[in-house]
Amino acid sequence: MAEMDTSSSGGHKKGPGVKKGKKLSTRIDLTPMVDLGFLLITFFMYTTTMSKPKTMEINMPYKDENIKEEEQSKVKSSTVITVLLSKEHRIYYYEGIGDDPTKPPQLSVTYFKQKDGIRDVIINKKKAVEELKAQGALAAKDQATIIIKPDETSTYEDLVNMLDEMSINDVKVYAIVDITPVDKEFITATEQANNVQ
Amino acid sequence: MPKLKMPRKSTHVDMTAMCDVAFLLLTFFMLATKFKPDEPVTVTTPNSISEIPLPDADIMMITVDPKGRIFFSVDNPKVREDLINDMDEYKKLGLTDAEKRAFAVGASVGVPFSQLKSYLAADPTQQKEFDKTATGIPTDTTVESEKNELAAWIRTARNANPKLRITIKADADAGYPDIKKIISTLEGWKIFKFNLITGLKAVPPGTAAYDLQNPGMKK
Repeated sequence: MAEMDTSSSGGHKKGPGVKKGKKLSTRIDLTPMVDLGFLLITFFMYTTTMSKPKTMEINMPYKDENIKEEEQSKVKSSTVITVLLSKEHRIYYYEGIGDDPTKPPQLSVTYFKQKDGIRDVIINKKKAVEELKAQGALAAKDQATIIIKPDETSTYEDLVNMLDEMSINDVKVYAIVDITPVDKEFITATEQANNVQ
Repeated sequence: MPKLKMPRKSTHVDMTAMCDVAFLLLTFFMLATKFKPDEPVTVTTPNSISEIPLPDADIMMITVDPKGRIFFSVDNPKVREDLINDMDEYKKLGLTDAEKRAFAVGASVGVPFSQLKSYLAADPTQQKEFDKTATGIPTDTTVESEKNELAAWIRTARNANPKLRITIKADADAGYPDIKKIISTLEGWKIFKFNLITGLKAVPPGTAAYDLQNPGMKK
């Protein structure tokens, strides 16, 4: 066409419009790029926090100074186990709410463990409540109730473990209550009786 | 006998496919990564079987370390900015704009109001040093108490963003009285629903929760 042939090297021509040029390979060595890729992967893998923290939802009972005594819900003593959390992850528990001064409750001691721990106590209590319901001693809406009273020497771990036991054993009714001086006396008495510091 | 000649093959492998895989993984990790926020103290949380994940946004976190020191943080920088402005007015802290900005971009705080100004004026490395010896935010069992500074923080933060979810991240070894103070403070502001951050542990077999999780396994 109108192009000028600039290849003046003499030689032969391939055809009109075809430029002669050295054919370069389009392949590039990708090895360094792969190296870089994997280096970055390793970095991100190490810095990543894959597992999101889990949370435990907790609902405290509604507390209001204006609620009158008679409006508060009462629990039946026979459905209740009171659990006292104490030092060195020890758990003291007794049946009932321990409000009868003439009959001080019998404290037993246990720990958080897989077998024969607090879990079995809770399971047995649930069974006992079911039996009482079958016998007609308790109304159908009554449920096993756990009252948790952590003392000053217990740790946060004890509290969480105890709340966890509630969800593990499907206890619907439970409450975290302030420990009373009477309960503290029970603990000291039991400690002295068993010669523990 | 004529030698058998093996055709000599090039040792070059096509790297394109490998490169593709590498960058695919890289993209995945880059998108999935969420950098750990700076925490002033290391806290080992206790474990529970609860599987509710922590919500992504609008979190107010109260951290308790093994010694019972309390740190306070809010995740959203915008809310933090409003929070510190309100707090400055409410408690008459006399913070400068630079100190307020330092709070908005910073992590948790664990100092009483009396030290807050000097804490925010310091640079991040000095703040880290200071956190090691900080006393934590003072608390008390009632919200009316002037000493209960945590109550003031919670109140102001909730004014800045009422949707904030309250989470408590406490160390397993923190004493119960420290937790009790926080819970009473929350109860004082009529907050009865909050989250405790826990690690995950497996549901022990043979329990009620296990049966609920695996309904078909029941004998």
